Amino acid sequence: MKDWAFGLTMTIAGMGVTFLTLYILTLVIRLMDRIYPYREEKKDKGS
Amino acid sequence: MWNVVLSSLVSGFTHLTWQSSFLIFLGCLLLYLAIAKGFEPLLLIPIGFGVILGNLPLAGLAASDEGGVLNIIYKAGILTEIFPCLIFVGLGAMIDFGPMLANPSVLIFGAAGQFGIFLTLLLALALGFSRPEACSIAIIGACDGPTAIYVTTKYARELLPAVSIAAYSYMSLVPIIQPPIMRALTTKAERSVVMAYGEKKVSKRVKILFPVVAGLITMLIAPMGAPLMGMLMLGNFLKESGVVGRLADVSSGAMVNIVTLLLGLCIGCSMLGGNFLQWQTILVFILGLAAISLDTVTGVLLGKLMCVLTKGKINPLVGAAGTSAFPMSARVVQKEGQKANPRSFLLWHAIGANTGGQIGSVMAASVMLAILAGIGIMPTP
Repeated sequence: MKDWAFGLTMTIAGMGVTFLTLYILTLVIRLMDRIYPYREEKKDKGS
Repeated sequence: MWNVVLSSLVSGFTHLTWQSSFLIFLGCLLLYLAIAKGFEPLLLIPIGFGVILGNLPLAGLAASDEGGVLNIIYKAGILTEIFPCLIFVGLGAMIDFGPMLANPSVLIFGAAGQFGIFLTLLLALALGFSRPEACSIAIIGACDGPTAIYVTTKYARELLPAVSIAAYSYMSLVPIIQPPIMRALTTKAERSVVMAYGEKKVSKRVKILFPVVAGLITMLIAPMGAPLMGMLMLGNFLKESGVVGRLADVSSGAMVNIVTLLLGLCIGCSMLGGNFLQWQTILVFILGLAAISLDTVTGVLLGKLMCVLTKGKINPLVGAAGTSAFPMSARVVQKEGQKANPRSFLLWHAIGANTGGQIGSVMAASVMLAILAGIGIMPTP
């Protein structure tokens, strides 16, 4: 493989996989947030 | 008799070369920058002292001096890649993914902030560096010292001193490197965009689940980066689980401090006059600067695109925090945003993008390692 072909392959694959992975993570975070939405902590019963 | 005594007493001076003298001066300069200018003192002081020790003639304290105390630490911690991994445990225990979990859209900036790595790879190849060397130089753009050390130790050990010094120096220079680029690429109106401050809260369960789920996904996609990603997520899990406070505290405190001290000393004592003072070192520094600048350019450009797509809801400056220089980039974004509009508080969003940059940089490095292994370029044993 020529150096330029190697560099371009690395750039396309590297950026592609990084973008894709982080995009998947954003979807997973949104999903987790739907399953476990934030709820106000229960106050101490004694108070 | 007296001749022998005298010659042994002055042998240190007589064996000094101009290269080692220059490196000792450089070590003193690093100490000065750390103390007087406050540039990354936690790192520059051990590195600076390591440079002085490593370049003392006949002292046997260089990383290459077989059997010397620093040689033993160097082999045990750097060549085995244990130090970068342990630092990632500490980093994970220090990071709060909360802002990113509250606004996951900013995670995508963590990918844009890695573009400089790959553009610099092309530049390094064009300048005649071999493929493993080009990858090691390009990874400076990750703005992440441990990742840079991890990749360089595997593929271009001869460049380790230059790459690690460049990576840590540029991390500390982020407040100087990024602002002019941010201002050049944005209008005042764009910099003034006010983003809704992070009122959204995230449940404890999501915070606990994130390091496990994100770790599994990223490590299955790119197993070559698992030692770094796994340790980062382990550190964060220790913190978020809330049941092992002692482990989280020791990871983010004593352990990371000890490893940083030893890592800095090892890097310093591997910078020797003969192998460091070369044109190649200057090229590494120039390419490293290009990598971090290009990261900022692509981050801000993606920010501008997001600003248009969201009809002005995202301030393009936040894109500059997509590098993993944590938390320096986020602070720079906050400062620049406030300069343009005192009512603008970007820190929350910028910290989210910055933590995304941590994950993005490890992903980029993992893909790099996977491709190198895939085409048959194996790590140095």
